[in-house]
Amino acid sequence: MAETADHSSPEAFKKHLGQYYVVFVALLCLTAVTVGVSYLHLQRPIAIAVALVIATVKAALVAGVFMHLISEKKVIYAVLILTAAFFLLVLLLPSLTIFEGVAV
Amino acid sequence: MSAHPADAAIPHTVEPHPVTGLPNGKFGIWLFLASEVMLFGALFSSYVLIRTQAPHWPPEGGLSSEILNVPLATLNTAVLITSSITMVLAWASCKLGRIDRFRLWMGSTIALSFVFLIIKYFEYTDKFHHEHFPKTNNFYAIYFTLTGLHGLHVIGGIVVNTFLLTIGTRLWKIDRDHFTNRVENAGLYWHFVDLVWIFLFPSLYLL
Repeated sequence: MAETADHSSPEAFKKHLGQYYVVFVALLCLTAVTVGVSYLHLQRPIAIAVALVIATVKAALVAGVFMHLISEKKVIYAVLILTAAFFLLVLLLPSLTIFEGVAV
Repeated sequence: MSAHPADAAIPHTVEPHPVTGLPNGKFGIWLFLASEVMLFGALFSSYVLIRTQAPHWPPEGGLSSEILNVPLATLNTAVLITSSITMVLAWASCKLGRIDRFRLWMGSTIALSFVFLIIKYFEYTDKFHHEHFPKTNNFYAIYFTLTGLHGLHVIGGIVVNTFLLTIGTRLWKIDRDHFTNRVENAGLYWHFVDLVWIFLFPSLYLL
């Protein structure tokens, strides 16, 4: 079979389906949490940190379970590590060039 | 593998490539998604730069959550998350040999994609109605650019998914594994579109 190993038998595969529903409910709950927290009007740095942490957890759930990144081939991890490095570079590049002007 | 003419032209549609250990389509879609990260990453970086340099954000005063429609965007987040699970269930149905279920779940995914766009349409028209356009200020420029590009990706997903649900399903009769892999690849793209929204929603609407 072409895909990653973990669903060789229909039984094992059906067990997988349960995970999808759990992640789905978790994503909806986390969406409710992130909206709920925004109404608390926390201090900006804390609000940014909380929102980004929740978004990262949600993204990890989508990528890990829905996109099967938990059990993926090494070559994809390599591509993604390279991408993450360049993504960070793009994100930091403006701050590096005009660092003095950035209001923290 | 069946002797389908396409297999001669495009190798490793089902069998993993010896170098990557993956079918070519899957490796290709991941490379494409990597380039997409850079596309959205560059825009996101611009957003951070413009926002940190602005004396007030949003420039007209108030909070983003007061200017943009948070309840509608929250609903849209739920719609997109739901479309992600229907997409993964469409692929799972193929794995289990249930093309009837595939049609149900893929049809649901496409329907939810339209719901997302309709809600977005109401958001946009409300902004236009109040004379808020991309040219109005940096806040709206960023808002329309990021959500607009994301919306184009949703439309792209609808096109691919509609193909798979209609004429694309012919491949199911010829080569089930190949068709299942195509659904998986379309799914990877669709989950990525969901993933982008997961970051756009809090950073544009809530913060």
